[in-house]
Amino acid sequence: MSKLKFHWAFLLIAAFIPAISPHFAELLRPIFVMAILALGLNILTGFTGILNLGVAAFMAVGAYSYAILTCDIYPFQLNFGCATGTTVLIGLLAGLALGLPTIRLRGDYLAIVTLGFGEIVQDTLKNLDVITKGTQGINPLPPPPFSVYYLFLAFLTLVVLLNRNLQRSRIGRTWIAIREDELAASCMGINPMKMKLLAFSLGAAQCALAGALWASYLGSSGEPGNYDFQVSIIALCIVIVGGMGNIAGVLLGALVVMGFNSIVLETLTNFLKSHQIISSSNVFTAPGNWKYLLFGLALILMMRFRPEGLLPSKQTKAELHHHEPPKN
Amino acid sequence: MSGWEVFLQQLIIGLSNGMIIALIALGYTMVYGIVELINFAHGDLFMLGSFLALTIVGLCTALPVFVVVLLLLTLTPLFSGGLNWLVDRLAYRHLRHSIRLAPLVSAIGVSFVFLNVGLLWGGVPMDVFGLGKAAAAPKDFPVLVSNDNLLGDATVQFTAKDALVFVVTIPLMIGLTWFVKRTRTGKAMRAVAQDQTAAELMGINVDRVVGQTFLIGGGLAGVASVVFALYNNTIYFQMGYRAGMDAFTAAVLGGIGSLPGAVLGGLCIGLARAFSDQYIATGWTNVIVFTILVLVLVFRPAGILGSKHREKV
Repeated sequence: MSKLKFHWAFLLIAAFIPAISPHFAELLRPIFVMAILALGLNILTGFTGILNLGVAAFMAVGAYSYAILTCDIYPFQLNFGCATGTTVLIGLLAGLALGLPTIRLRGDYLAIVTLGFGEIVQDTLKNLDVITKGTQGINPLPPPPFSVYYLFLAFLTLVVLLNRNLQRSRIGRTWIAIREDELAASCMGINPMKMKLLAFSLGAAQCALAGALWASYLGSSGEPGNYDFQVSIIALCIVIVGGMGNIAGVLLGALVVMGFNSIVLETLTNFLKSHQIISSSNVFTAPGNWKYLLFGLALILMMRFRPEGLLPSKQTKAELHHHEPPKN
Repeated sequence: MSGWEVFLQQLIIGLSNGMIIALIALGYTMVYGIVELINFAHGDLFMLGSFLALTIVGLCTALPVFVVVLLLLTLTPLFSGGLNWLVDRLAYRHLRHSIRLAPLVSAIGVSFVFLNVGLLWGGVPMDVFGLGKAAAAPKDFPVLVSNDNLLGDATVQFTAKDALVFVVTIPLMIGLTWFVKRTRTGKAMRAVAQDQTAAELMGINVDRVVGQTFLIGGGLAGVASVVFALYNNTIYFQMGYRAGMDAFTAAVLGGIGSLPGAVLGGLCIGLARAFSDQYIATGWTNVIVFTILVLVLVFRPAGILGSKHREKV
């Protein structure tokens, strides 16, 4: 019970942030979107143990669907609620469409297929510039109906609650059983393909939701290049750094990784610029140019020393530390 | 140019690029065959190799071209092979008994580190050519091998560069096959690939053999990077991703773990790219390559030459 109160306390604090520091609230908005994206990935990688390297593609599907459904150059012009709902549905179907033929593949092969899908979506969006307006992106989109901050907070809360209930339901336990041992799970009467497919489409739907929110926040679909492999990797970083399979961990991961990206690096760059330490001719001095090095090192070091993440679920922690598998 | 000549020209371009892709694919396939790891950083290793090559060229302007090319073909593979070995030693080796996704995620991390090093490396002024101002911009690689047509006045071009690609890659592939089939180390590699535990029981030092595989695979990527830079004359820090994906697709297409498969797959992908560029549209080429990848994985995961391998339980 005390744990539950703890979560509500967090939500309450989050609700008052715009009143306390409007600037910080502004910085938090993209973090909320990335958290939703990472939670979508968490269903796959955290719960079910499927590595998806193409979540950015589902985000792109979401953003472009939302843009096409709301922009006034297209005939649909739905309101925010209808458009978001339809986008989530489209995301679900996109996940199903990719998952249906590929879900049988082994883990790392499936990862590569999702990666390939990410590239296919990006290039297709670039090439179909009649519909997607190429690198311009589809804009302008109508602004969201009310405060972006509270809207995103509400969606994030909704997604967290949904994932929490999923995790504790029969479905979630089935996913975890598949992650732990697919063969044993199928012997217990679980249909792994069906459950994996469900994880795949639900994860994709959440990523599409993140895309729709992102597009509404930008007021544009963004350009195809915004949804590249690096976005997928940042989502993966969030899940791994935070703690695979633990919702609170993923939220913490989003705060740490995105906060580092958009707050620490930005502040550092501005600080260095104002003191004239950065010169434009020297690439080494700009902190932004070290970003991927740091992300990469974070992934390597986490895998080496703390594969369960900063805030792991009890299960993962126990699995990784209590019985070391025998050296074969 | 008549239709046939266009076709022949694209065939030559496709085969040349395909040989380069095949060299990178060999590194993927060897590592995958032995530790079942998709070495995600392999493409970026290739990229770093080409940056080293550019630096060497920048430092050795006084030497004759022939010596420079030989220097490139020895130093770059040593560098990238050594780097690959080092990464295995520091990162992947500790993850052999961890959760299955751990080495792959770690390799993605290494790939990001390499990517960033490439970006910073591109920012280092390489004075001789006045490069290095804009770190992320593509760099011109000086034309060391001439672009003259070896076929005289024919419309179809078979340049000295194309010849270089084949002169370097074909002996290397033959040598590699000989190495894996005939030498003691090669035999140990095949043994480890087949059954790690049994190989260890037979007194093979598995960690060392895996290290050697990374060394050789990395060395091949180094050669590929030199040949690529000499052939295309432009390098940029993000090229590893694309090259890596092409090569991985080639390895899967040919049958991952199979050396001739990787070469065959490389040629197929090279040709597919060239013909798609010519007859469809450049913008769709990557889509086509990835579609091939997805289709092969879905319908024939063992690849063209791969053997059917039952999943171990």
